[in-house]
Amino acid sequence: MNRIEKKFEELRQKREKAFVAYITAGHPSPDYFEDIMLALDEAGVDIVEVGIPFSDPVGDGPVIQEASYRSLQCGTNPTKVLNWVSNIRKKTEIPILLFTYFNPILAQGIPSFLKTSAQSGADGILCVDLPVEEAGTYKLEAEKNGLATVFLIAPNTPEERIKLITQKSSGFVYYVSRLGVTGEKDTIANDLAISVDRIKKYTQLPVLVGFGISRPEHATFVATVSDGVIVGSAFVRDLNEHAGSSQWTTHFIQYVKSLVDATKKVKVSTE
Amino acid sequence: MNILLENLFTEQKTPYPDDKGRYGEFGGRFVPETLFVALEELEQVFRSAREDSEFQKTFQYYAHTYIGRPTPLFHARRLSEHLGGAQIYFKREDLAHTGAHKINNALGQCLLTQRMGKMRVIAETGAGQHGVATATACALLGLECCIYMGTEDMERQRLNVFRMKLLGAQVIGVDSGSKTLKDAINEALRDWSLNIKNTHYVLGTVHGPHPFPWICREFQKIIGIEARKQILEQAKRLPNLLVACVGGGSNAIGLFYEFLKDKDIEMVGVEAGGKSLVPGMHAARFAGGSFGMLHGSQSYVLQDEFGQIGNTHSVSAGLDYASVGPEHAWLYKSGRVKYTYAMDDEALEAFQLCARLEGIIPALESSHAIAYVIKEAPQRNSDQIILVNLSGRGDKDVEHASKFIELEV
Repeated sequence: MNRIEKKFEELRQKREKAFVAYITAGHPSPDYFEDIMLALDEAGVDIVEVGIPFSDPVGDGPVIQEASYRSLQCGTNPTKVLNWVSNIRKKTEIPILLFTYFNPILAQGIPSFLKTSAQSGADGILCVDLPVEEAGTYKLEAEKNGLATVFLIAPNTPEERIKLITQKSSGFVYYVSRLGVTGEKDTIANDLAISVDRIKKYTQLPVLVGFGISRPEHATFVATVSDGVIVGSAFVRDLNEHAGSSQWTTHFIQYVKSLVDATKKVKVSTE
Repeated sequence: MNILLENLFTEQKTPYPDDKGRYGEFGGRFVPETLFVALEELEQVFRSAREDSEFQKTFQYYAHTYIGRPTPLFHARRLSEHLGGAQIYFKREDLAHTGAHKINNALGQCLLTQRMGKMRVIAETGAGQHGVATATACALLGLECCIYMGTEDMERQRLNVFRMKLLGAQVIGVDSGSKTLKDAINEALRDWSLNIKNTHYVLGTVHGPHPFPWICREFQKIIGIEARKQILEQAKRLPNLLVACVGGGSNAIGLFYEFLKDKDIEMVGVEAGGKSLVPGMHAARFAGGSFGMLHGSQSYVLQDEFGQIGNTHSVSAGLDYASVGPEHAWLYKSGRVKYTYAMDDEALEAFQLCARLEGIIPALESSHAIAYVIKEAPQRNSDQIILVNLSGRGDKDVEHASKFIELEV
């Protein structure tokens, strides 16, 4: 059982909802990676999604696009990111899910990329532009190396595809709460409960919801109807504005914690 | 001669693409989940459309009465004589409405948009030719049109920006990344993933996720179907060599596809060699690229060792792209088609020579194909025939080209 699966087992016992935070590795500067990871750990985040920046992130909105660009300008590459991950492993056991596009994986070779990912201490991988239909070798190599494979399900995914995607998923299932790309929105789709139940018909895995969550009240609402909450762009934006200023880690921990607490106050019902 | 009344979408003569949109190891459908379902829907709609005689009739009606098809095949006698070798024929796609072959695909896909019951069309554009073609088809069919264009390209092609606006399209400048074609595609894909319920993305070339490379080829292969008949009528024989420039590769596939069955006919695709083959200075994907995946399709890609997409350069915006259509990648690997490149200055020379000798100002894109012909024709006997796709007219490039040519006059 890897750290992601262990974490969900632990949450089940504590009857807690999960909180996942996304950051773009190397943003706003590679110097902050360790501080950010430790801050997320301290704020009570359950799993960190570490984004490997890509030059052409078609699945991301302007905030993560800009963060990826800035990180690449600093010379970030997948090898460096995996080095940072293995360094952070000496300080924390927080489960790490790598978030990437497919071309960096292809460039290194699928088996090699997944092997070095696992060796660095990462626990799972999410490749945003790799549909399950094309994920044969990827899935096989991930399993061989003990990495969880997280796939996305969208509001327009039909039922037969939900079945297929959940079969290929491990760790958890990532439900994208709306159409479009990553980024914050003022409202969260109100038919979320129905969508989550539609997925749960096909899998025992936890179903987490992301895309567009930036406020505590969003987190509470999403946690009520699903197994957990994923927040990304909002943190990246916060780091854009504050990283490096005095007391920024304290401020960042407070902000993350407000969303973690809003998630954790929702308890799993006993039925 | 009315080629158009025949069945255009006959059954494929090659087994490609397969049902996963693969051309050998190339192609495929690598997109975020939201787009996946839209692409499946598009594939189904196109499958039913190409078998529907009403749809074919509509497409052929507009191709004939609006685009002006069939476009002529022209024997470029003075250029042939000047080069002193093979006889050169131009397939005059520059005479198609809006001045390039792009309208074939744009109109076809806008008709598909109507068939899907969608009212809004988005498209990317580099040189502006596909943007103009799409804006034109949208005006014709009464569809809302939104064109994404890199701000760098908007600067290079101001006249086309004006044309698109004149045609009622909204032009959205893309200021991210390299501010060129690939960034415009990124932005169009983002728009599409948000608005798939009412919007169709008219991708402009034989690239992108399946079924785009296939749909675009099906709408462009009329070029080769016409050219084959025309050369048989005019020269009473088939050509020895076909030449076309290759950006994404739609005009080249359009010409080549119908001739693939003729095993003796050589084919050459000409990429942009830019200023030099140093990374970032060219767009020669076969000479300088490697296996990768960009914009939903596996193919040859200009990239660094970590899979980050490289910057490109070409004097012609339409060839300035980091990847190439998957069917070309397959034709390259199988050896059926040869690929080479022409440098910026060679293309500019061809641009001038063609204007002076034939009274035809070719697009800078098509000038790359002519630049190759200038080198190749003298090597061949005068009983040989080279058929070149003159894919677009050069009026749009006159202002840009004057910056370079001025120095030599």
